[in-house]
Amino acid sequence: MSAFREEDPRINSIRTKIRLVPNFPKQGIDFLDITTLLLDPKAFKNTIDMFVERYKNKNISVVAGIEARGFIFGPPIALAIGAKFVPLRKPRKLPGEVISEEYTLEYGSDCLEMHLGAVQRGECALVVDDLVATGGTLCAAMNLLERAGAEVVECACVIELPALKDR
Amino acid sequence: MASENVEDQIQKISSVIRVIPDFPKPGIMFQDISTLLLDPKAFKDSIDLFVERYKDRNISVVAGIEARGFIFGPPIALAIGAKFVPMRKPGKLPGAVIREEYPLEYGKDIMEMHVGAVNAGERAIVVDDLIATGGTLRAALNLLESVGVEVVECACLIELPELK
Repeated sequence: MSAFREEDPRINSIRTKIRLVPNFPKQGIDFLDITTLLLDPKAFKNTIDMFVERYKNKNISVVAGIEARGFIFGPPIALAIGAKFVPLRKPRKLPGEVISEEYTLEYGSDCLEMHLGAVQRGECALVVDDLVATGGTLCAAMNLLERAGAEVVECACVIELPALKDR
Repeated sequence: MASENVEDQIQKISSVIRVIPDFPKPGIMFQDISTLLLDPKAFKDSIDLFVERYKDRNISVVAGIEARGFIFGPPIALAIGAKFVPMRKPGKLPGAVIREEYPLEYGKDIMEMHVGAVNAGERAIVVDDLIATGGTLRAALNLLESVGVEVVECACLIELPELK
């Protein structure tokens, strides 16, 4: 799992820009909202730069982003390290042939899809999302990439919720 | 290295966008940008073309329409030093939002933007992968203009002129 080096001065500027919204999407959940980070061009750039520094020169040719907030952080990282961007989407959003991976939710299940042929056997990949909670969605993403023969180097998330760690 | 002109870049970008027939339903030829995203140089060129067009124009807001506008908007925003504002389907943005209803072929949908994301007097562009009827872009424009933002342009990779 990705973790920022605690002593980097950019971390504080990033952390203070993330806002907590209580009782969203339902009672009892404190939602960590990255949209306020996106409103600060310098802090948003620092976030991307920190990921790029960590992942450049590691032969990563695939950045997979989880719909929809992974679409915000993934492409700038991909562009900076010269990798392709692969969107991982909810069912029936991607046109053409896909592979699907089902995963469990707190109540019920959901499905993540990836285009057939987006990734080649042997490629090194990152998975990007704004936040890791239980890791269920990230595991589904990793499974999709590994089924296509890619090696997942790391999952890159801006926020981690240690209290929900189950991985 | 031979220098590439804009026409060549556009040609290349165009050639890596694939058409999927009968998606999401029969009769529709879907323009799929995901193949463009698999070509790092073409993807970078598409962003650079937008950045060239919009830098030095005092644009402080890039609004991106969920979800494919989230792929093209942030790289443009980062390059021109603007903030990125996601325009989302209902119930996705936490906290206070303003909303705009807009027509679909059958029925209606709603677009939301955060209260306080933008300030009156700011200059904005709206980004999406494709413009068809322009209904979604019109909703985004309305939301931004309702709080006093000047929308300089809508930036879309693909235009479908026959649906204008």
